[in-house]
Amino acid sequence: MKFIELLRFATGAIIAHPLRSGLTSLGVVIGVAAVVMMTSIGLGAQQRVTSTIASLGSNLIIVSPGAARGGGGGGGGGFVMGGAGTGMTLTEDDAEAIARDVEGAIAVAPVVRGQAQLAADGANWNTRIEGVTPDYLIARDLTLASGRMFDDREARQGKKVVVVGQTVARELWGEQDPIGRRVRVRSVPFEVVGVLESKGQSSFGQDQDDVVLGPLQAVRSRVVGRRLRGEVVQTIYVKAESEDELTRVQEDVSNVLRVQHRIRPGEEDDFSTQNMASILQASQAAVATFTILLAAVAAVSLVVGGVGIMNIMLVAVTERTREIGLRMAVGARRSDVLIQFALESVALSLAGGIIGLTIGVLGALAIARVGDWPAAVPTWAGPLALGFSMLVGLAFGAYPSWRAARLDPIEALRRE
Amino acid sequence: MIEVRNLTKVYQMGDERVAALDGVTLSIARGEHIAVIGPSGSGKSTLMNLLGGLDRPDDGAYLFDGEDVSGFDDDELAQFRNQRIGFCFQSFQLLPRLTALQNVELPMIYGGWPPAQRRARAAEMLERVGLTTRMGHRPTQMSGGQQQRVAIARALANSPDLLLADEPTGALDTHTTQEVLALFEELNRDGLTLVIVTHENEVAEHAQRRIAFRDGKIVSDERTLAPA
Repeated sequence: MKFIELLRFATGAIIAHPLRSGLTSLGVVIGVAAVVMMTSIGLGAQQRVTSTIASLGSNLIIVSPGAARGGGGGGGGGFVMGGAGTGMTLTEDDAEAIARDVEGAIAVAPVVRGQAQLAADGANWNTRIEGVTPDYLIARDLTLASGRMFDDREARQGKKVVVVGQTVARELWGEQDPIGRRVRVRSVPFEVVGVLESKGQSSFGQDQDDVVLGPLQAVRSRVVGRRLRGEVVQTIYVKAESEDELTRVQEDVSNVLRVQHRIRPGEEDDFSTQNMASILQASQAAVATFTILLAAVAAVSLVVGGVGIMNIMLVAVTERTREIGLRMAVGARRSDVLIQFALESVALSLAGGIIGLTIGVLGALAIARVGDWPAAVPTWAGPLALGFSMLVGLAFGAYPSWRAARLDPIEALRRE
Repeated sequence: MIEVRNLTKVYQMGDERVAALDGVTLSIARGEHIAVIGPSGSGKSTLMNLLGGLDRPDDGAYLFDGEDVSGFDDDELAQFRNQRIGFCFQSFQLLPRLTALQNVELPMIYGGWPPAQRRARAAEMLERVGLTTRMGHRPTQMSGGQQQRVAIARALANSPDLLLADEPTGALDTHTTQEVLALFEELNRDGLTLVIVTHENEVAEHAQRRIAFRDGKIVSDERTLAPA
């Protein structure tokens, strides 16, 4: 009951000086808004990274040539997207060995990549071309929108057929159906047999539909052949049967490849394997660290806001010394005075927190809408922001309130 | 009602120790109207602070209805001031942000009264001091005499046993002084115990008992049977 009265005294004092109270809260407003915006942007980034990596294919293991370097953290993204590893240590034989010897590998897809100029029916388009086997669709979780995928026989025979992505189809043929049409890839004619379902833009800005898939043999010999000799491939994708099998399959793949490459125990691998789960984990950890860093920087402004509140509260205690003395004379206990001023400080800070939360959420949504960046306001942003601003008010209001409560009523009443 | 024995209060002024109150012994009966007089620095304000529970003596005993107030802790003193004492100050000490009614409510808020009863009682007290039409006014919208009457209404709010007034007419003109003194006398007639610190003879003459202070000691304590 009395608490409510003390709260009314506190809010009354705040309302009595609207401009001053507003300016005092401003520090907390900015601090909370910054923290909310930063965590929202960070969480958005995390979701984007997750969806990007998931879009590469589930339960996927990526085998790249060359020894693994450094930590698996942010570098994972490079491996995933780049593909063209150093060295030429992986071959189709390796892929066959994995398919034959590793239990639980439901799809093994060796890949070569290149960039190629396409020409068809008077239109030109420069795009990525990937030489793959039919397993590639399974490994990468791709589906066809129309037509068919070339089969193993066509792939082995080096038949000149391709499956095109949505972007390529649109650029070359517009609204027309590309199935059965001819396209010249670096002057070599290919026949379009299928069109991929759209996968949209990846979070790193790459258009995943801007791609042409051809049989491994044909693409290597006709398109990227100059750089790759023999049966060399740039990446082997291995899809494990289930997530539980992922680590075991990854180890088996390594073991098979060590035998294939005659690597003796103790020697360093000339290839590296990564599974999506660990890449995902590493990337998320990296983004989370980044988010925490941003939020910590923003939190500094919250502390600055707290100092502002403390400053004004000290002024208020000095200004209202006589009021404090009078309250004590008519029966306020020291704890009543302490609570009144602490409430005033918390209310100032909390009001700033509420305004800051509103601005932060609106700001995050505005960034999501205007900029090409996802912003996900975490559900805990509200309670956290309000809890923190209350804590700031309490922490920085403690000393001024204590000073008010310690005043000698006689001295206080005598003060001009 | 009040028994004060050998009350002593010493202040440290630089290197010097000054006894503001030097072994004062005094008793006050319920219903008395007392004026405490003396030059500034004589110890009359210190006595007032001690009687009002705003301060603790360095030595001596202060018995209020048999209870030793000098042994109270801060919270007990706060409750003592709230329930037993009403204060009137020379500068009124009204809170400028609050209306007359809200100012009068203040002691009752700390006394834990429910809002409705509190408001009714505050209105009643303002009526008692003749300010029925000024309840919603703020102190700045009122004259000095009106402000002091609000302060008196506030002092009466919790039905105190003792009303302590420190130079209550010091900031008022002759006419309003008369009004305030008349109000005090009326309250005294209704049974309120009054202790007024003053250096104005006119105020002191209204009292039935005059206690004069000098250098922290009582130099005279005289009674007149009938008020002047």
